[in-house]
Amino acid sequence: MIDYTNLSYVLAAILFIVGIKRLSSPKTARNGNAIASVGMLIAIVATLVSDGNMDYQTIAIGMIIGAIIGAFFAIKVEMTQMPQMVAIFNGFGGGASALVAAAEYLNPAKNPSTFNAATIVLAVLVGTLTFTGSFIAFGKLQGFISGKPIVFKGQKFLNAIIAIILVGMGILVIFQASTGLENFYGLIIFAAILGITLIIPIGGADMPVVISLLNSYSGLAAAATGFVLMNNGLIISGSLVGASGLILTNIMCKGMNRSLANVIFGAVGLEAPSSSGKGKQINVKSSTTEEAAMILDAADKVIVVPGYGLAVAQAQHAVREVAEQLELMGKTVLYAIHPVAGRMPGHMNVLLAEANIPYDHLKDLKDINPEFETCDVAIVLGANDVVNPAARHDTSSPIYGMPILDVDKSRTVIVNKRTMNPGFAGIQNELFGFENTVMVFGDAKEMLTTLYKDLKEL
Amino acid sequence: MDMINILTVFILAIFVGIEIITKVPPTLHTPLMSGSNAISGIAIVGAIIATKVDGQMGTWLGLIAVIFATINCVGGFMVTDRMLKMFKRK
Repeated sequence: MIDYTNLSYVLAAILFIVGIKRLSSPKTARNGNAIASVGMLIAIVATLVSDGNMDYQTIAIGMIIGAIIGAFFAIKVEMTQMPQMVAIFNGFGGGASALVAAAEYLNPAKNPSTFNAATIVLAVLVGTLTFTGSFIAFGKLQGFISGKPIVFKGQKFLNAIIAIILVGMGILVIFQASTGLENFYGLIIFAAILGITLIIPIGGADMPVVISLLNSYSGLAAAATGFVLMNNGLIISGSLVGASGLILTNIMCKGMNRSLANVIFGAVGLEAPSSSGKGKQINVKSSTTEEAAMILDAADKVIVVPGYGLAVAQAQHAVREVAEQLELMGKTVLYAIHPVAGRMPGHMNVLLAEANIPYDHLKDLKDINPEFETCDVAIVLGANDVVNPAARHDTSSPIYGMPILDVDKSRTVIVNKRTMNPGFAGIQNELFGFENTVMVFGDAKEMLTTLYKDLKEL
Repeated sequence: MDMINILTVFILAIFVGIEIITKVPPTLHTPLMSGSNAISGIAIVGAIIATKVDGQMGTWLGLIAVIFATINCVGGFMVTDRMLKMFKRK
């Protein structure tokens, strides 16, 4: 007799893989997402019909509540809030996996083997940690909790103690699986605490790394649950998500030139690091939008460098207007997107796509850097550390070694900033004092709207 | 199915994952994250199975797990679609 349930899981896994493969191009991506969702539907239906003795009432209630909440978030969320949304969804994924493993452990009908108990411990541990950690990340991104790192004396020591307790309790659960439940409940409680204490010392600027990492954990928790239930569907899907999160974590770390350990235990952003650039007086040339318009009029090739400040000012549409005007005037306009420009991997691209900026104009670091040599004007909007040339040569700078956008190689650099305040890393930017740099101070949206008018009046 | 079998599946799936995900361009990394988020909602399969566990405890744990996993699936796929819809060429 053919095992139709497991066959369906294989089919679902194939559809997930094909779906992600189609994410390799924006042209096929939407279709890929649809294919993956069909895979999910197949897996759900196959599970529902696999056994006639299901508690269909409970399942239906759960699915309806979940679908309403999920759809509500998906429709309502602002694109600037995507990091929060992904963070909290990671938490739900991890939570679901932990609950499933817990239910399996508490099942009176079963007496788990050592291997089984070990997988349960792993699933509960990773799942619970992801659940509480994600809520802290959500709170920080949404502003419920201070985005600043929360640190106290002996924090690392406390985390180490909790980790040791968890290992001890895990071992007790695995090898004395049939005795009381206090170790199991202890495991859940301490995993929940560890999720919180691991994330609170991490600063807002490092959240892209944290979300990617929690994304990976939520997948690994699902895979661990697959081991608990001996279910290939869960294992394959969970592994895909786990791999995806790990790759993105790595990309984010590279974008900031930091190791994962440094992000998690470094608590960067708490105090302004002392830097050689700090003491130096920088003489900036302040300019007006009219002058900027004239500089742009003489240019052929313009590269826009959007930073998160642009999104904060809600100026994406204003950028598009300016860019379209420049294109009307016969100029080439490209966008340079740094890997950590937004608050999560690829965030800036989504924010610009929302403003109807064509995706083929958005270039990543590797592709755009050679272009600056032949660029007439680079417009830096609300970006700071990612365009600081100190990263290339100043070994004492905290951002030394971080890959940056080489805007200073353009003939002219127009920098828009609200004030002269330093960026996230708390350091002055020597670019602002360069011979070929002009500063236009003010809110990005207002500045761009005026610039648009000035360009039209030329 | 024994331990070695599922371990093999797990390891091969990780390799496939790395292989296909490195091909996703940075432009699509946010949809990739929300989409993979939806896929991690596969825990719903486990959640459905968990509701079969005898007793009140199993029912409650199963119910909450179904809710969480459904939020992931439905919300994840929908918001990914909403984002991908916005990506247009010139």
